[in-house]
Amino acid sequence: MRWYYKLPLRLRSLFRKNETELDLSEELQFHLQNQIDEYVAQGMDPREARRAALQSLGGIEQVKEECREARKMNLIENFARDVRLGLRMLRRNPGFTVLVILCLTLGIGANAAVFSWVEGLLVRPYPLVSHQERLVTLTGTVRDERDQTSWPDLLDVQRSCTLCETLFVSSITGATLSIGERAQVMTGSIVSANYFDAIGVHPMLGRGFEPGEDSGRNAHPVLVISYHLWQTRFKGDPEIIGKTQRFDNVVHTIIGVAPAGFHGTFVGRDMEYWVPLSMVNAFYGGGDKLEDRGARWCEAYVRLKPGVTRNQAQQEISAIAARLEAEYPATNRGRGIKVWALWQTPFNHAGHLLPTLEIMVVVVVFVLLIVCANVGNLLLVRSFARRHEMTVRLALGAGRGRLLRQLVTEGLLLSACGAAGGMLVAYWCRHALVLLFPENGMYLPGQIDGRVLGLSAVLCLVVTLAVGLVPAFQTRHLALADTLKSEASSVMGARSRAWFRSSLVVLQVTLSFLLLVGATLLMQSLRNIRTTSPGFSATRVLDTWIPLAAAGYDAPRAKAFQDELIERVRALPGVEAAAYARVVPLSYDSFSSSPIAVDGYELPPNGQSPDELYNEVSPGYFATMGIPLISGREFTRADDENAPRVAIVNQTMAARYWRGQNPIGQRLRVKGNWVRVVGIAADSKYYSMEENARSFFYVPLRQYFDIEPDIHIRTTQPLQTIQTALLREVRGLDDNLALYEMITLQEQVNRSTSQQLVAVSLVALLGGLALLLASIGLYGVMSYTVSQSTRELGLRMALGADVSNVLRLVLSRGLLLTTTGIFIGIPLALLLTRLLGNLLYQVSPRDPLAFGAVFVVMTLASTAACFLPAWRATRTDPMRALRAE
Amino acid sequence: MAKPTDLVQGTLDLLILRTLALQPMHGWGIAQRIRQVSNQVLQVHQGALYPALHRLEQQGWIRAKWGESENNRRAKYYSLTPDGAKYLRQEQAQWKRLSSAIGLVLDMS
Repeated sequence: MRWYYKLPLRLRSLFRKNETELDLSEELQFHLQNQIDEYVAQGMDPREARRAALQSLGGIEQVKEECREARKMNLIENFARDVRLGLRMLRRNPGFTVLVILCLTLGIGANAAVFSWVEGLLVRPYPLVSHQERLVTLTGTVRDERDQTSWPDLLDVQRSCTLCETLFVSSITGATLSIGERAQVMTGSIVSANYFDAIGVHPMLGRGFEPGEDSGRNAHPVLVISYHLWQTRFKGDPEIIGKTQRFDNVVHTIIGVAPAGFHGTFVGRDMEYWVPLSMVNAFYGGGDKLEDRGARWCEAYVRLKPGVTRNQAQQEISAIAARLEAEYPATNRGRGIKVWALWQTPFNHAGHLLPTLEIMVVVVVFVLLIVCANVGNLLLVRSFARRHEMTVRLALGAGRGRLLRQLVTEGLLLSACGAAGGMLVAYWCRHALVLLFPENGMYLPGQIDGRVLGLSAVLCLVVTLAVGLVPAFQTRHLALADTLKSEASSVMGARSRAWFRSSLVVLQVTLSFLLLVGATLLMQSLRNIRTTSPGFSATRVLDTWIPLAAAGYDAPRAKAFQDELIERVRALPGVEAAAYARVVPLSYDSFSSSPIAVDGYELPPNGQSPDELYNEVSPGYFATMGIPLISGREFTRADDENAPRVAIVNQTMAARYWRGQNPIGQRLRVKGNWVRVVGIAADSKYYSMEENARSFFYVPLRQYFDIEPDIHIRTTQPLQTIQTALLREVRGLDDNLALYEMITLQEQVNRSTSQQLVAVSLVALLGGLALLLASIGLYGVMSYTVSQSTRELGLRMALGADVSNVLRLVLSRGLLLTTTGIFIGIPLALLLTRLLGNLLYQVSPRDPLAFGAVFVVMTLASTAACFLPAWRATRTDPMRALRAE
Repeated sequence: MAKPTDLVQGTLDLLILRTLALQPMHGWGIAQRIRQVSNQVLQVHQGALYPALHRLEQQGWIRAKWGESENNRRAKYYSLTPDGAKYLRQEQAQWKRLSSAIGLVLDMS
């Protein structure tokens, strides 16, 4: 039986009924005519022949009917009839239908949304970029800790790597774009010249970069702009190519416009422009970054050749890195290169979101399970209400298979509506992830593509089977005679039939218990993180920076500008203190690090001097930040280039290297120079709020100069006031300069903990949802149980049970289900909360407080859910209940 | 006239397929042919013929096409599909096994 014969036939009999009917009549007419001819030939007269012919055919209408029957034996038609019947059933119970579809929409929608985020942020984060499944990222390592890498190293990898198809660099940067009066800092990328060819994206106007544009210091001021920038700032000017644009105070020639829908290659940010690698010094300032192997400032992307695994690539690249280490010990000692999967990329938001999204996947699957249990339960309760209908249909000869198909079809209708709603939810939630981040200008799109649609379709089918088969499973037990008799005669707590519904409720309670425990633990962790002191006063200190290198400043001009500006800022009303620092704590920027030596401190057995982190800060830094000095002094203006080099160490470092002796006045070797320790500062947080106390030291900015430090301002004034005043002062010094975004350090703290915030918000939201669903499920089951036990309740009341007895009876039955669910949930939760792992800060995954709190909340919620049915039970009229027999 | 032998349930399909294996034919022709070949013994009940044809068509064993009959009338001609031919071979083998088995039992003495 080949489908290509059958399908057209079946579709024909379904959709072209008239034609089929005409065919049938004509066919039978032909037969009849031949029969008449035969009879006439035998000598009958035509009228009698006709009658005899009709008789021998056995009635033309009956034959037609049988032929139609023969054709109708097909699935499509039955299915269409089931759909019509199902729709009618659903229309008849609108409240039920809406409730079920809402549940399914939430369940499927939550899954589709989370998978669209996984797809859009981790799996295929870069729209229009070809072969993303083979992309990996490269970062440097120093003694197994992640670091940036240098362009000469990457060029060597590119030359020697046989398993790599292509290697390109894309490094995020900010620059000031001035058009007319408006100067604005915009985010873009510094990319290697092969960038657009490597990713397979071709500018819609103009060209991409050419091979030579990688080299020559600041030799190629050319620019490719995004479609968005072209449309908004250049008003879609079709003659844009070849125009010049003052961009970071360097006149760039616009050579291309990227196609619409291309957002660059940085998860979390939308790129507005791309400049070639040769321009890196104009953007980043500092020493040469093109030739200097020791200047580590970038990361790279690699597309592997087809069939090459990440491990193979790592082996080859590690071998290359080892060769470089041997060849250039001065710059590459202890350094390696690590290959990361795209979704683990540590230098953009992918790596930050990974643990959160992993948890989310587990959580939404839980929610879907709860939804299935809930909808299954609702359908089950309704199938009892429909038992009469089913029994009658069975009695009238419907096959059980037919009833089963009918029930599955109804399930399919419901879950198809739910899946459609779920896709809408996912579509609306595409950009919702950004809302949970405190940072401005984030770009975290979900992507709804064929795979997300496919996943939703699969979910829809799974749900259909789950919820459609539950009532079907029950109809299996329908005994005709019993169910045609009266029904309202079961007993509270009767085990038969009820166990299935009860176990569905228990399942829901267990799952929502797990979610709520997870949410509570995460909430406690977030509270701990947020209430931990970062070691500096965060709320009243503002932070921003001024892109000077890009504006063409060299070191002497920058020093003069910085000195002048800081004096002006300190003179502003409401400013208590102000200082510069190269790196703001808890940001994405890396602190400097250097191997150090200390008089009297013995090297560990491997003979390698330890690396420690440090920050370059200006006089007044500790006063501005509110970091207490334990002893010694702050840096002063006298600690400049011409003075002896000095440093301030933190407490942990003092304790580790000087072991109880006073380090002040002692020597410390930093980057090959001996410096004298002049003070001890209190410990604070440097990279993250969760980190343990670590060694750290400070050196004067003047002695380790950086052209673009952050400026910290301690003030009592609101941010807006200071921002306006600062901008005025900056413009007073140089009209071409712009300010980067100004934030409070508290904001910086919040941003650094946004990952926890996102996890907490989502898990708490879904946990609450789960609790609501479980309560609805419990309510449904208890209501049904009560409505089925009126006779028993009436009897009890007639025998003297009062209101409190009945209340207790019903409530205790409901609470039994809840506590069963919770007690199954507790060991599971003890197993599963360990998955939260490093998202938990100073909270044990077995925290008894969290478990206890959730226990109480769930008990209260289920008491509330059982109360209405219990109260209804007390309203049972004994006389009516007994008379109903 | 002796009463024609009733067709055993299910054998009608087999006879139709066998008849169509010779050449495409319309319903009337099939009935005539079965009667002639069986020496008037097998009488196809006309009321059963057409539903059987439609069922076989639904199952994809035969295909229908409109054509001209010998007496210049428009008639629906059925023909065997490759699947139908395969099915026929299976059923024929099955039938032969069955009838020889029945023969053995009946000849038992």
